Amino acid sequence: MSVPAISIEQVTKQYGDLQALCGVSLEVRQGEFFGLLGPNGAGKTTLISALSGLVRPTSGRLAVMGHDVVRDYRNARRQLGVVPQELVFDPFFSVRELLRIQSGYFGIARNDDWIDEILDHLDLLSKADANMRALSGGMKRRVLVAQALVHRPPVIVLDEPTAGVDVELRQGLWQFIRKLNQDGHTIVLTTHYLEEAETLCGRIAMLKGGRVVALERTRALLERFATHTLSVRLANAAVAAELGGCVRDDGWIDFGFETYADVERLLARLREAGAGIEELRLGEPDLEEVFVEVMSRA
Amino acid sequence: MPELRPRPATSSWTGFRTLLYKEVLRFWKVAFQTVAAPVLNAVLFLLIFSHVLDRHVTVYGDVGYTTFLVPGLVMMSLLQNAFANTSSSLIQSKITGNIVFVLLPPISYLEFYCAYVGAAILRGLFVGTGVWLVSVPFVDLPVAHPAWVLTFALAGGAILGSLGVVAGIIADKFDQLAAFQNFLIMPLTMLSGVFYSIHSLPPLWQDVSHANPFFFMIDGFRYGFFGQSDVSPWLSLAVVALCLAVVAVLTLALLARGYKLRN
Repeated sequence: MSVPAISIEQVTKQYGDLQALCGVSLEVRQGEFFGLLGPNGAGKTTLISALSGLVRPTSGRLAVMGHDVVRDYRNARRQLGVVPQELVFDPFFSVRELLRIQSGYFGIARNDDWIDEILDHLDLLSKADANMRALSGGMKRRVLVAQALVHRPPVIVLDEPTAGVDVELRQGLWQFIRKLNQDGHTIVLTTHYLEEAETLCGRIAMLKGGRVVALERTRALLERFATHTLSVRLANAAVAAELGGCVRDDGWIDFGFETYADVERLLARLREAGAGIEELRLGEPDLEEVFVEVMSRA
Repeated sequence: MPELRPRPATSSWTGFRTLLYKEVLRFWKVAFQTVAAPVLNAVLFLLIFSHVLDRHVTVYGDVGYTTFLVPGLVMMSLLQNAFANTSSSLIQSKITGNIVFVLLPPISYLEFYCAYVGAAILRGLFVGTGVWLVSVPFVDLPVAHPAWVLTFALAGGAILGSLGVVAGIIADKFDQLAAFQNFLIMPLTMLSGVFYSIHSLPPLWQDVSHANPFFFMIDGFRYGFFGQSDVSPWLSLAVVALCLAVVAVLTLALLARGYKLRN
């Protein structure tokens, strides 16, 4: 069995009186697309920083592809590419200069073939010789992704990479990241866009107050914490309450159900009660519902 | 699916070399501000002081004041710019956040130290050489012992480059760094015998000057030009070597702990 891409064991981080991480343990398998979710201040960025060596954990152990991030930091960091949350850049250099310098930091002296490939995939070739200050916010964000990839790391961590990014760029970015995942790269994503996590991530960990409060396959989380909804508008809305419906302010009535076989039974009961269905729609469970539910329970 | 591996490293020196190159490129891209401007400042000192004092003061017997002044100005410019290079680079990177690009790669704290201090020494040498070159039309400066000149230039640059790293790490804002520069580095360099021989001072101030390590850097450096100095060059070398060792150990300890960098 191959080593985990990321292994986190009982990691704590204390900042004065603040306990940012409280015994976090989790594993990410090689090739996974893994989501790390949580409200602001949950500890997501601290955990990523501990993994990448930007923060020293107070206790516990973190490893990337089996390499301890403290004791064997050189090998651990060579396996990891991090796209930081903040839009940071060095204003002295052009895009190509920055990528060559970043390659050199990882010990790679001649890397132009791979740099050109990344620039091409991220639609930045035409801006290769432009100074960073001359780029738009979206382009700077793409350069951050390029910088994380210069050493072709097996594990890529993206800390809210689409915050403040327009829809077109976001789609392009995800297409590229998905391709990297298909090529075998392990992806760890933190995001506030839950529909992104739902679409992309095979497994999700939710953090709250520095603790892991949920860690499951995305599908399992959806099935466990969220229900399907049958929403109807009725000519005779008075019968809804007797049948267990929940009347919303806009006049729609929601009925929760678990399997699609339940829908048939529900419709039959509505017909028998003379409800008179005027409009009908089915609602899929979504991660937002799961997120709210998990956070309220934690 | 085969296990992905990162691109192989070209050599174990590449990280250090790249960081050194980046730090040199950083000041070289704005050389008008980082090299030409300090040279101009030193030339203004040279013109003003030589105009006022050259006919009135001689040092070490028959050395004219302007000739005496040039090595001091060269060393003062070298020291101040070595400090400015590391401190400004670090504080800018910390405040803008791009320090992460240096902290994420597999660069050791020793490589980090050597690259930043190496670039600081180079900037100091560029500026010092510039001051020396523009003084050529004004004075005929002898070089009695080139090895001493080089030794004190390198050691002084390394000490101030290291202090710049310490200041850049500790300071959280530009004004904290300015305080370090204006209330510590500037007085210590100005009161180190750049503009005078300490033999011209009252005994009390001579003793005070001996407590200033910058005095030994300047005096030892000046010995390399004239073969004469206020104190023995070996004493200066011992003091400078001790200072370098202390400052280097302090800086490396801060970097090894990741103080204010990896928190």
